[in-house]
Amino acid sequence: MSAKTAGLGVGALAALVLLAFVPRLGNAYYLALAISLLQYTVLATAWGMFSGPTRYVSLATTAFFGVGAYTVAVLGEILPWPLVLLIAAALGAIVAAIVGLSTLRLSGVYFVIFTFGLTELIRQLVVWFEVNKSRVLGRYVFVDITQADIYWQLLGLTAAVFLLGWLIARSRLGFALRVIGEDETVATHCGINTTFAKVALFTISATVMTLVGAIMAPRWTYIEPSIAFNSMISFQVLIMALLGGAHRLWGPVLGAVPLTLLFELLSARFPNTFTIILGCIFLLIVYMLPRGVAGLFEKLSTTPGGKTTERVAA
Amino acid sequence: MSQDTATRVLEVEGLRRAFGGLVAVNDLGFAVGQGEIMGLLGPNGSGKTTALNLISGVLRSDAGTIRLMGQNIAGLASYRIARLGLARTFQLVRVLDGMDCRENIKAGLAFQKPHVPAAEAEVRIDALLDRVGLAGHDRRPAADLTYIDRKRLELARALAAKPRLLLLDEWLAGLNPSELTVGIELIRSLKADGITIVLVEHVMSAVRALCDRCIVMSSGRKIAEGATADVLSDAAVVKAYLGGVAADA
Repeated sequence: MSAKTAGLGVGALAALVLLAFVPRLGNAYYLALAISLLQYTVLATAWGMFSGPTRYVSLATTAFFGVGAYTVAVLGEILPWPLVLLIAAALGAIVAAIVGLSTLRLSGVYFVIFTFGLTELIRQLVVWFEVNKSRVLGRYVFVDITQADIYWQLLGLTAAVFLLGWLIARSRLGFALRVIGEDETVATHCGINTTFAKVALFTISATVMTLVGAIMAPRWTYIEPSIAFNSMISFQVLIMALLGGAHRLWGPVLGAVPLTLLFELLSARFPNTFTIILGCIFLLIVYMLPRGVAGLFEKLSTTPGGKTTERVAA
Repeated sequence: MSQDTATRVLEVEGLRRAFGGLVAVNDLGFAVGQGEIMGLLGPNGSGKTTALNLISGVLRSDAGTIRLMGQNIAGLASYRIARLGLARTFQLVRVLDGMDCRENIKAGLAFQKPHVPAAEAEVRIDALLDRVGLAGHDRRPAADLTYIDRKRLELARALAAKPRLLLLDEWLAGLNPSELTVGIELIRSLKADGITIVLVEHVMSAVRALCDRCIVMSSGRKIAEGATADVLSDAAVVKAYLGGVAADA
């Protein structure tokens, strides 16, 4: 391990310890904001873990988030909390593996549309099941989880997702995904089982998203399909990851933090025109920062010759 | 050359593939022996690239068998065929633009079974960079390379896996005369290493210089097969399918 890596590790650990004290500030508004920041940081980072290297744009974030949230709504009061999280993660992984196996052969815009449709499909399935089988639409979530608990769980998940991303980037799987992102045909001729690699990472990424949904669920006391499967989350996460730069592990967080703060501000000030403003921001990001904030940093840190873009596995 | 089954690296029999009503490859059969260079010739649209795509698993055949080292690979996924020792280059050169030269070559060997140890991989990458004439460019992004260097890099990636069979799809196309000489020498040195090669090529001087045997395709069918000199001097082949190109080479 190089000195730089060790330094980064110590810095990250120090940041983690400091952040753990946020609930001790005793300010409910800041805690709520910090929870939002962590939620989108984890979601955007998990999104970037798969979509960054492979360049498959997924709009299924909401689907997995919703599966997690709904698992808590159904099982939260019956089973111990760690078991609920475990079941949510397993469900998310199973759904992701099925979806991955059936869709990752699609490419480009077909994959985008399918993942968007998937969210709606799962939502309608839940509605159908609730109306016809369990005969309730909307459930109350009464679990003994405080806001501070939510925050600490999300912080732990954030640390885990960065560690996981760091490990994957250094693994053969991470390298395989970068080759796939560059040229899938070449990847297969290099001996890469492209389907396995894509499904594996899609599943890992989706499991993290599902856990976020599960951890966040107690924040609402009442959950119904339209809340748990709100497709805005998919779009917001996509915009954040693209703004930050999905080709780097640390890219999405650079988009998640400023945009969460901005969304917070906009949705409070302009509740009705919020989505229009969001759309305009998205257009601006794509035109002005095609490689995100991370790409901008890289551009600025290279010499004027521009030939020193040494790529570390991201 | 020996037609002994034991020395046959590639054996194709009754290969067929149609796209709708168009039969791109029709009842194609040939065998390539260990260490041989086989030329695959024919006019544009005669099915040469389709044949390479069938052999390397990009396309599935409708019928026929393809044996690599005696094992039937028809219907196997490309990545499995690659791990069995087949490597290829593409008609339109394909390198990984977002990666540097070293990573491009690493992609060629990192996913082989059994795994190549990291230290050995580095040594092999250096040797390959040197061999194709890219020494010193290892950290250069592939996107910055010239056309010939991209071709070199693509070949180095294909060689990284130490393939038993190498498919070259017009690898010499678009090179100037001096580059062509270097390219021909490079391919000849691969033969000396015992790599079996099937090449699709329109540059007749290269075909003459390199190929032990050739087959000529037209409209998906094999119309001639034999020693290179014999095939190229076959009046019917020259007139009908090479359009007189062979005469000036």
